[in-house]
Amino acid sequence: MSLLEVNHLDVRFALRRGDVQALRDVCFSLDRGERLGIVGESGAGKSVAAFSLLNLIAKPGYIAGGSIAFDGQELIGLSDRALRRIRGHRISMIFQDPMMTLNPVLTIGEQMVECLKAHRRISTRDARAISLRKLEQVQIPSPEARLDQYPHELSGGMRQRVIIAIALLLDPDIIIADEPTTALDVTIQAEIMALLLELCEEHNVGLVLITHDLGVVSQVTQRMLVMYAGRVIEQGPTREIINDPQHPYTQGLLNALPQMATPGERLNQIPGSMPSLSHLPSGCAFHPRCGFVTRPDGSRRQACVDEVPAFVASGNCQAACHMVAEMIERERIPAEEQDS
Amino acid sequence: MTTSTPTAASSSTASRWERFRDSYLLYSFKRDPIAQVSLAVFILLVAMALLAPWLAPMNPYDLAQIDILASELPPFWVDGSDPAYLMGTDAQGRDLLSTILYGLRVSLIIGFGAVAMQATLGVCFGLLAGYLGGRVDAFLMRMADIQLSFSTLMVAIVVGALFKAIFGGATFSTYAVPLLVLIIGLAEWPQYARTVRASVLAEKGKEYVDAARVMGLSSRRIMFRHILPNTLSPIFVISTVQVANAIISEAALSFLGLGMPETQPSLGSLIKSGFDYIQSGSWWITLIPGLVLVVLVLVINLLGDWLRDVLNPRLYKG
Repeated sequence: MSLLEVNHLDVRFALRRGDVQALRDVCFSLDRGERLGIVGESGAGKSVAAFSLLNLIAKPGYIAGGSIAFDGQELIGLSDRALRRIRGHRISMIFQDPMMTLNPVLTIGEQMVECLKAHRRISTRDARAISLRKLEQVQIPSPEARLDQYPHELSGGMRQRVIIAIALLLDPDIIIADEPTTALDVTIQAEIMALLLELCEEHNVGLVLITHDLGVVSQVTQRMLVMYAGRVIEQGPTREIINDPQHPYTQGLLNALPQMATPGERLNQIPGSMPSLSHLPSGCAFHPRCGFVTRPDGSRRQACVDEVPAFVASGNCQAACHMVAEMIERERIPAEEQDS
Repeated sequence: MTTSTPTAASSSTASRWERFRDSYLLYSFKRDPIAQVSLAVFILLVAMALLAPWLAPMNPYDLAQIDILASELPPFWVDGSDPAYLMGTDAQGRDLLSTILYGLRVSLIIGFGAVAMQATLGVCFGLLAGYLGGRVDAFLMRMADIQLSFSTLMVAIVVGALFKAIFGGATFSTYAVPLLVLIIGLAEWPQYARTVRASVLAEKGKEYVDAARVMGLSSRRIMFRHILPNTLSPIFVISTVQVANAIISEAALSFLGLGMPETQPSLGSLIKSGFDYIQSGSWWITLIPGLVLVVLVLVINLLGDWLRDVLNPRLYKG
């Protein structure tokens, strides 16, 4: 059994004009020490998925159904006190903007010591010693001095290192990193990602990496999920998805990378934009933007408009797409005919 | 990175004193003569009040020292004064200087005590209302609205009068100081609660609060350890105004006869006791304590103004 298993997770936001479904039927799992990437456009539900893992969705959001099992324990419906023992301790989180996630009026040391003391009975002296060791692990120059500094005295990259140190403070089993490098400049991004990867491998920590940077995902993660409009539409080993994406949306995303465009010409893009979650198109949510609704022979695939596609396996990957299902079906029939 | 100190290493090893020495607070103070004079006068007044038993020529609470024959003597610069009584005497023959020193003490104790009470109540309620939101917020803020719709003086008059009627004047005299602290404290807590709530609402949305929740910290710790320190500047600023207000409220109550009894006078009750004799020419019994009260409230307000400018990031010139 996996360390973390998410099954049929439904998250809704109760708005005045009715519920909006932010996540539908999201399933994934994470093994100990495994690194999983979640990608998708803004608004696809990546961050909601991350927050719901720790049951930290802000009101009016709520978990409407499904299960989140961590180390054999169901997290949904767990008391706040029991959840607090898991948060920060066994599952910790790294946020987008390192400028914002440290409390401006407390020193780095105070914040780290506090986190330790919230979970362990420990003296301030010991807590500081552990904090110092973690700061050394994230390769901060003169870590001793940093303990007594305030966040505004550090640069963005250093703050993100501090935040990673805080995330590692209690030797968690899983780190959820919600776009950990978007707020940093490119050279620092690479350093921070390399550091995160190294630390996860060294300590055998699982990583859920939420990002829209496919390059980062391909370098860091072993498996990935592609999300669109609150659903997982493709999942599988990262390398296979990047090399041979099945779902038209994933293909579009990869095709939209600047390096895929011919120099001197316009960048490729997926036409249209993500539908509003309160007015999802019928059938496959991607069909209004999808170039494959019409078959190569000119006939229209009605299922795309009418039915929500189920996952079909293609190699080690799974994609939720009628076109892919049809192609697999077509390949299988001649194969069976040959057999008989 | 660091602006106040040349190297990162030295700033982290800097002691609290060094941090203070390099701070914008001190920098601005050194360039503001009004703040300097205000602070000097304030410290002088507080020191005089604290040292009253040693500074005062006589003890106004000790009836044996009072000479009724020496009543209504004018201060030293007026003809007919007695050099033993520098500021003259009041209608009961108490040395006015001594009485003012002791009265200042009472006024300051009530002022600071009431503000401590207001701040404790207001900060707790404001944090709860702002952080928890929903029904708790609605309930506490409606309580605050109701509380504010009664004027401080009205609440104080009703409570004071009731207490006097039920327990009698003698009991009232014994418990006058804590009672006034309680009355003024209860009447003004919404000022704090509203300010704190507004700051908490602004802070609550920031990511460090999410980060603290992700760390697994309890709501209480997040409220008091993470959010409260970020709302301290407005709390400091209103505290100065509130101390001045509380001192004035106490003086007003005493002037109306609902505050400190004349046997242990505050500045307000001194002003009141002198007011009866102003027609007979003994103006000093009212005027001198009145001036002390005005100066005290003025310097506190000036300090508050300065603090507000220093702590307001939009006016930050550093």
